Amino acid sequence: MNRFTGFLKKEFLHIFRDLRTMMILFLIPVLLVLIFGFVIKNEIKDAKIAILDLSRDNASKSISSRLSASEDIIVTEYLSSYSQIEEQFQKNLVKAIVIFENNFAENLVRENKANVQIILDASDPNTASLLNSYVSVIINNFISEKFSLNKTIPLEIEPRMWFNEEQSSSYMYVPGTMALILMVITALMSSVSIVREKEMGTMEILLISPLKPYQIVLGKLAPYAVLSVINAVSIILVGYFIFNIPILGSWFTLILVNFIFITMALSLGLLISTLTNRQETAMFISVFVLLLPTMLLSGFIFPLENMPNFLQYLSYIVPAKYYLNAIKSIMLKGQGILYSWKEISVLIGMTILLIGLSIKKFKIRLE
Amino acid sequence: MYEIEIHNLCKNFGKTPALDNLNLVVKKNEFYGLIGPDGAGKTTLMRIITSLLLPDSGYLKVAGLDPGKDYRELRLKLGYMPGKFALYQDLSIEENLTFFATVFGTTVKENYNLIKSIYSQIEPFKNRRAGKLSGGMKQKLALSCALVHKPEILILDEPTTGVDAVSRREFWEMLNEIKSHGITIVVSTPYLEEAALCDNIALMNKGKIISSGSPEEISSTFPEDLFIVETKYIPQTLKVLRQFPNLINVNSFGHSLHLVLKKNTVQTKEIVDFIENKGISNIKVKKGKPEIEDSFIYFSSSNL
Amino acid sequence: MTETEENIIEVKNLVKKFGNFTANDNLCFEVKKSEIFGFLGANGAGKTTAIKILSGLLFPTSGKVMVAGYDVYKHRNIIKKNIGYMSQGFSLYEDLTVKENIEFYAGIYGLRSKEIKFRFAELVEKLGIQDMQKEFVKSLPLGWKQKIAFSVAIFHKPKLVFLDEPTSGVDPITRRQFWDLIYEAVENDITVFITTHYLDEAEYCDRISIMVDGRIDALGTPAELKQEFNAKNMDEVFVKLVRNNNLQNE
Repeated sequence: MNRFTGFLKKEFLHIFRDLRTMMILFLIPVLLVLIFGFVIKNEIKDAKIAILDLSRDNASKSISSRLSASEDIIVTEYLSSYSQIEEQFQKNLVKAIVIFENNFAENLVRENKANVQIILDASDPNTASLLNSYVSVIINNFISEKFSLNKTIPLEIEPRMWFNEEQSSSYMYVPGTMALILMVITALMSSVSIVREKEMGTMEILLISPLKPYQIVLGKLAPYAVLSVINAVSIILVGYFIFNIPILGSWFTLILVNFIFITMALSLGLLISTLTNRQETAMFISVFVLLLPTMLLSGFIFPLENMPNFLQYLSYIVPAKYYLNAIKSIMLKGQGILYSWKEISVLIGMTILLIGLSIKKFKIRLE
Repeated sequence: MYEIEIHNLCKNFGKTPALDNLNLVVKKNEFYGLIGPDGAGKTTLMRIITSLLLPDSGYLKVAGLDPGKDYRELRLKLGYMPGKFALYQDLSIEENLTFFATVFGTTVKENYNLIKSIYSQIEPFKNRRAGKLSGGMKQKLALSCALVHKPEILILDEPTTGVDAVSRREFWEMLNEIKSHGITIVVSTPYLEEAALCDNIALMNKGKIISSGSPEEISSTFPEDLFIVETKYIPQTLKVLRQFPNLINVNSFGHSLHLVLKKNTVQTKEIVDFIENKGISNIKVKKGKPEIEDSFIYFSSSNL
Repeated sequence: MTETEENIIEVKNLVKKFGNFTANDNLCFEVKKSEIFGFLGANGAGKTTAIKILSGLLFPTSGKVMVAGYDVYKHRNIIKKNIGYMSQGFSLYEDLTVKENIEFYAGIYGLRSKEIKFRFAELVEKLGIQDMQKEFVKSLPLGWKQKIAFSVAIFHKPKLVFLDEPTSGVDPITRRQFWDLIYEAVENDITVFITTHYLDEAEYCDRISIMVDGRIDALGTPAELKQEFNAKNMDEVFVKLVRNNNLQNE
């Protein structure tokens, strides 16, 4: 057996032997997604909507009837003017209002482009965004059936979230949980596993062995990279199959972005491990320096826009923020990797910086 | 040609000097003991020899190499057993051994004859996890792991600390067998009686070597007279003897007391009389040969 | 040394099992008041388990155990007030000063602050630690830590003190100073129950027991044991006893 593979084998043995590690790696992530998923309402039932049809043509009428025919939606009223919208929401009569522009069908045929606006009561952001996608799907299905267009959807759906303009999408919980889990598991577990060697005294032997420092580091990190990718995929699958989270972009891009994020988190873990000789300290740093900012400053739970300025500035160094933006555009908007080039470059830049720092701090000797 | 050569070596941790101007040579295939209590600097010295720490100043060659520059080459020649049994608790005996073998680019089979006598004792339990082993078995496993790549120099940091007297003896017997394979052994211990088992020793205290050489040499350089006082009433006699005029020191050694006095100044008879005058009878006093512990106490007090 | 017939520890047929494993196998012994009792044994012979039972941290599986006149089954809390305990490991808080450590432990045992002050001054005088009392424990040399830890363990003047390898790794001079402290404690009517791997220290005990495989295989004064095993020192007694047992097992 080669030195390095021998090392890798040992790392996997450590992981598979420890029940706690296994639970943290495989049970908790899925549980967390399930909990988030079920706590945040994931289905709409008898959602009331109103329709403002300014066009009153065949297309708009057909869509309206499809909407009212759907099981989960009740169309309570057909409005006649914009001025009625406010009242509908204020009195909490509907959750959403669908507006067809003038000459809807005509625009669709002639200009290959037509506008539908969905105004949603985003004070309950989860229902709002579920309803949004629900309605969007119905409209899109109708258009593609009727016009058998599969390349571009000429329809411009313009949802507007009222009362919470920068609402946090309920779908965010999957990317959000992923960010959280990947950050904590990869950074925390990998840093702790390196620091444990220092505590046990085995690091001294490893340093004395012919293993090169980069082999030690790579051997410690690689297993967590692999397991984290598996984790990311399983979370996405849970979201996709159990909670019907749409994945509009390509799976490959999605996993690639996850992999970049994981590498970043691992290099953070590595840096943490070079800072301390005690497992508790490594854990403490991971939880307080990584977990909290990831939860609070990534826009996952609380919209960043409503935060004080200095917190907003602080959020620029929170990797999860960039990860979430990139993931969101891939999963929910169906964008390709180039669309998120800024976010991805930031993540890669952070990774390089962290690895550079770690190499500088990693010692081939003891203190 | 020395296997380890150290001149004027100094190492400070912050302001505290950990090693203070050490001089030490270890010959090839020698069994060398670093002997002294906790805080003497044994571990620091071993870490410097193994290239895990850099000295602040001084000359240092290990196996003909400079641990500062040629650490990579040097590390291949070293077997090292750190203070705590550095084993992976969640791996079995066999997995631990195989791991250290692969990491050093060898196999258990290749050097089996070297570790056989030690490893065969724990081999029947090879599937047991290291965390579940008794202290003695852990010690044997750790030693096997340090030896599995057939090092030139074996460095053992307090391998017998906290181990009972019988296991300690067995361990030293194992080390003697390893020596017969031509390996140089450097071992540290806080148990002074283990000094007698080494070829050469350095007595260390507070970062200094207070005496070095073979155990006999150290014993023969003891400059004063040593009297062994046998009595049933150790604590009482001890109190009495502390009043002895021009006393250098007096200490209990198991069932007897060791009294150190300026060379050729006092006869045994005077000591007997002195004690009996204070009302303790049935005393036997004779001149004795100093043990390592006597030397340690003498040299460390005279060095203060 | 005054010897009274009063026993501070009485153990009869003590058995402690962990599952199928018998850690203490029918132990019978007494410790007399104000004696130094050496509790020796090989690693894993069951010493630690026995000490835990005697100090009220573990219940025995069966047998009678009286400590300081109280039954360990019924009066654990009273026993705890009457004993002191010191191990080589975790006796003092490293991040507290010597003074803070002593005040803390004295407080646990309910000493009044006036008394603490008085005894503390006495202790500082005795150990000569005027310069050391405000230093953090972690900055002290091991020998001092151990001497102070012992003083803390007997600060509340217990009837009995358990010392678990108190001199491990300590230099030979400090080790003897430590024993001076032990003798002094005995003069103040504190019984000392001590474990050690230094067999020369076994000679300093009034009586010793040697545990092998959960049993007490030898018990007596050092002189008696040396005679019984035809050995010239305790080291030899120990080696003969443990080696014989190992041979029998093989």
